[in-house]
Amino acid sequence: MSSVTKGVILVGGPSKGTRMRPLTLDRAKPLLPIAGKPMVWHPLAALAKVPGLSEIILIGFYEDNVMAPFVKESQREFPNIRISYLREYRSLGTAGGLYHFRDSVLRPPVPQHIFICNIDICSSFPFAEMLELHNKHRGVGTILGVKVKKETATRYGCIVSDPETSQVLHYVEKPESWISNTVNGGVYMFDVSLFDEIKVAMDLKATRAQNDPLVQLDENLQLEQDVIAPLAAQRKIYVLESNDFWKQIKTAASAVTANALYLKDYSKIRPDLLSKGANITGPVFIDDSAVIDPTAKVGPNVAIGAGVTVGEGARIANAILLENSLIDKHTVVLNSIIGSDCRLGQWARVDGEPEPETAVKGQISVSVLASEVWVAPETHIRSCIVLPNKSLGKSAANQVLL
Amino acid sequence: MHHGYHHYTTPKVRSVSGVGALGKSGTGSNSMDRAHRGATTPSFDPTPPPSTPHFHNEDECSTSTPAEPIRLTPVHALILVGGFGTRLRPLTLSWPKPLVEFCNKAMILHQIEALVKAGVKDIVLAVNYRPEVMVSVLKKTEEEYGITINFSVETEPLGTAGPLALARDILGKDDSPFFVLNSDVTCTYPFEEFRDFHLKHGGEGSIMVTKVAEPSAYGVVVTKPGSTVIDRFVEKPVEFVGNRINAGIYMFNPSVLDRIELRPTSIENEIFPAIAADQQLHSFDLAGFWMDVGQPKDFLSGTCLYLSHLTSQHSPLLTDPAQNKWVYGGNVMVDPTAEIDPSAVIGPNVVIGPGVKIGKGVRLQRCVIMSNSTIRDHAWIASSIVGWNSTVGRWCRVENITVLGDDVTIKDELYVNGASVLPHKSISTNITEPRIVM
Repeated sequence: MSSVTKGVILVGGPSKGTRMRPLTLDRAKPLLPIAGKPMVWHPLAALAKVPGLSEIILIGFYEDNVMAPFVKESQREFPNIRISYLREYRSLGTAGGLYHFRDSVLRPPVPQHIFICNIDICSSFPFAEMLELHNKHRGVGTILGVKVKKETATRYGCIVSDPETSQVLHYVEKPESWISNTVNGGVYMFDVSLFDEIKVAMDLKATRAQNDPLVQLDENLQLEQDVIAPLAAQRKIYVLESNDFWKQIKTAASAVTANALYLKDYSKIRPDLLSKGANITGPVFIDDSAVIDPTAKVGPNVAIGAGVTVGEGARIANAILLENSLIDKHTVVLNSIIGSDCRLGQWARVDGEPEPETAVKGQISVSVLASEVWVAPETHIRSCIVLPNKSLGKSAANQVLL
Repeated sequence: MHHGYHHYTTPKVRSVSGVGALGKSGTGSNSMDRAHRGATTPSFDPTPPPSTPHFHNEDECSTSTPAEPIRLTPVHALILVGGFGTRLRPLTLSWPKPLVEFCNKAMILHQIEALVKAGVKDIVLAVNYRPEVMVSVLKKTEEEYGITINFSVETEPLGTAGPLALARDILGKDDSPFFVLNSDVTCTYPFEEFRDFHLKHGGEGSIMVTKVAEPSAYGVVVTKPGSTVIDRFVEKPVEFVGNRINAGIYMFNPSVLDRIELRPTSIENEIFPAIAADQQLHSFDLAGFWMDVGQPKDFLSGTCLYLSHLTSQHSPLLTDPAQNKWVYGGNVMVDPTAEIDPSAVIGPNVVIGPGVKIGKGVRLQRCVIMSNSTIRDHAWIASSIVGWNSTVGRWCRVENITVLGDDVTIKDELYVNGASVLPHKSISTNITEPRIVM
């Protein structure tokens, strides 16, 4: 009998994902469509392909009714896997939530292994490779390690490992100075003994709380700092270094980049999701209910949601269009996210710059229109963040429009 | 700018036919081709204007009774062309400023035609650079109108008055008054009324004046109460003294030439105050529009004014919105050889030159597209000048006083904001802030 494996996706809650605003003002971040599918669908679909995986548990602190429709729909799409959402009473941290729901995770069939994913990761999720490496060592867990640019490495959990054995020698979360270009990719595989390790961390914290009045005793615990770092120090963690695509989805601009990465990946793993046509170039996802005029040129890297209408001679590239928006004739949308129920008049232009490799504070690259934004004909909105229910009658550039 | 000219080299005045370099264009055969098209563009009206009594009179005078000239009827004019037209670059890098088409006709031809209509026979172009291209173009104009066009070439800039002294042999040939105009000025050119005004008051000089909303940026002309006699000039007045400014068009009796030495001299600062002191200078109120079109921003504003004027005159030069559904808001002038896709929306205030191609779903407003340029599908252009032989790509947005020089290509989908693009350049990235593209 093959071993039982379960998947956990840490989806966070309303207080998270504020950097995705205004898109997350009226929509939970895990449900934001990337490449035509909710953000959380991507790790979920990847987990569903793992042989012998029996259950996927989403843990977070969104209201149950926020996640319920997605859970229901996913259950329909993946009928052989049990899918559920467990709501933390409050934010417990990445390890705290997991530990709080340990009984649910461990209920029969009792898993030997657990995959854990953070919600804000765009990745190919190489679970099979992680499993292969994991089975070769005697550690507690295997981390997905990804290479990033030296300048940005210190924003992540940095990993130093033995190149021969893949054993993690040193792990520091967001170090002050550079340690390594290999960073924690936010995807893990653990033995079930992880819960023992979290218990150790909990006890340690309780002890500290007793001795130090400044440390608060609660269930809050971070997987990275409180569990992985000590495990690395004990040489109980290994790293699978992947050269496959990877992107952290923190900002709206990074959602456009992730959109392009997933769409490109579709051409390998889900070509059925991509649209074809004389005026469609590059990978493009178009919802079946969207109406695209055949003279409009769409692509590359475009995802168009349900009920969207694109008029004749429009041009859309490197963009995410959420539901029910109307893009009128000759209108141009480049490097942008268009929220739901927006209207862009004839010859309007909404554009931006591609996400820069290193973001400059206060500088907007990708344009983001929240829901129900109206852009007057011939108006140009460039590198702007536009909050919901705005009517834009004048061109604007490089600003937040409240 | 004229300080420091201690040495003065021998000036030359020469007629078109007397220029040895005639036909040898210094800027190549391509420019020659364009020169000829400029002169024969279909909107150019080759028929002489209807004869007015004065014109008729003048006609008789110069043909049947040359021995007995009607002394006070002017036949001479001087157009101050000046230098390289750097303010209108990058257009003037490829083409002399007077030949840059303003509403599909070389700027200088607007003025020459108006002068011819007022009976002028002898025109001096005061220039200070080699005018070969202009010579070849204006040779045709000479023949067409039976006039003489002389190039008065300054070897050093002589300011706004010096050229009059340099052209003394022509302007002072007889006792009749002569016109002087700045080549950058567009208006209705009411030369006949102006001449009648000048002859009537009998003073030495007349200045056309135009009213402006904000006179503080100009030199204001102040007349004596209840009179057209100019009392004084106030440069950039701090407090309101009037809103009439010098429109850059004058008429003088030849006696004024005695006031001007052959050296760099400003007519505005040195000559006018002297004539005004003698109470010999009068101001003539210009009716209708006026604009100095010497730089791109004003070139566009002047284009709008001129097109509005044509609309008010129900001019056949404008495209009829009733018969062309793609015209939006009127004031649209399209050369008959241009090809416009009917799905385009054009106007208001658009000039489209010969051989231009406008693609599907293109949106143009307040812009000038010069000859043989191509605007590809769904492009959007406003407040910009697309120079000759240029291409604007599909789904581009070009705006904010962008000026494309000759043979510029803007690749598809780009945003071009206030760029000045030098000739023969290909643009493949957005220009998000106004700048010069070398």
